[in-house]
Amino acid sequence: MSHSTALPAAPDSFDFLVREEHHVANGTLLGFWLYLMSDCLIFAALFATYSVLSQSYAGGPTGAELFDLPLVALNTSFLLFSSITYGFAMLQMQQGKLKGTMIWLAITGVFGAAFLGLELFEFYHLIHEGAGPQRSAYWSAFFTLVGTHGLHVTFGIIWLATLLIQLRKHGITVANRRRLFCLSMFWHFLDVVWIGVFTIVYLMGSMS
Amino acid sequence: MSEHNQHSLDHHNDEGPHSTFSGYMIGFMASVILTAIPFWLVMADVLSSRNATVVVILGFALVQILVHMVYFLHMNFHSEGGWNMLSLIFTLVLLFITLAGSLWVMYHMNANMMPGMMTGSS
Repeated sequence: MSHSTALPAAPDSFDFLVREEHHVANGTLLGFWLYLMSDCLIFAALFATYSVLSQSYAGGPTGAELFDLPLVALNTSFLLFSSITYGFAMLQMQQGKLKGTMIWLAITGVFGAAFLGLELFEFYHLIHEGAGPQRSAYWSAFFTLVGTHGLHVTFGIIWLATLLIQLRKHGITVANRRRLFCLSMFWHFLDVVWIGVFTIVYLMGSMS
Repeated sequence: MSEHNQHSLDHHNDEGPHSTFSGYMIGFMASVILTAIPFWLVMADVLSSRNATVVVILGFALVQILVHMVYFLHMNFHSEGGWNMLSLIFTLVLLFITLAGSLWVMYHMNANMMPGMMTGSS
């Protein structure tokens, strides 16, 4: 504070400082968005692979024989609920309510974990039925695509748990707010990818 | 001075995507409907034609992705000075090339490598 007297009135440099910080904060969100777009391309490649191999059963079981659509519908609802509960966490954060933010985040995490648990159960069931990733090109592509999405959800949950700890330690700070925005984009992005998965893999796979 | 600075910092960081309760609820309700209809179409086998069902559920998926983009990801033409939208459009172009290109090329390669076709041509 002692040097502040040495700068009596320097509005230009003060303005500049503020603008610079502002720019950095937004830069993170834009940078994270660019990461998500590159992630989008990974999923595009996996979707393309799946589509090309969608009939390559090698005489083995087909998706139509093994997919359990009510289970997939339940899983989809878990992910959709987790999207809206994350939205509620963001609304609580906007109002500066730490406890509400943490509660809704925790609920989001529980929905995410339920989604993951159900998906692992489905994988176990499929492998048990002889439709493991090594059975045919179709099942390789299936496990790669759906598994990559599941892996993203796993890391999302780890990130969410980390953020919960940071929130409890530091409260709703500028840095934590920025992290919550990034995880928000990540989480909603995973839900967008899941729309493609349940439509192209499960619904279209059940018809053929 | 430093306190003042910190205050301005806080204020500016509030400018991230601003969300509202009604926005999230509209998005959620639309998503539930847009998810339920394609599941119902396939599980109850409503449409007789397979191709018609595929086109309809892909259409629903596309609309639902748009709903998520607008109501959950807060996409618009102004966020981040338009760079969000620009990068999204660029990604969509690449996405289209990847998907359409793979399917187109591989379909033709598959068709030309059918065992029946190989014996027929020789």
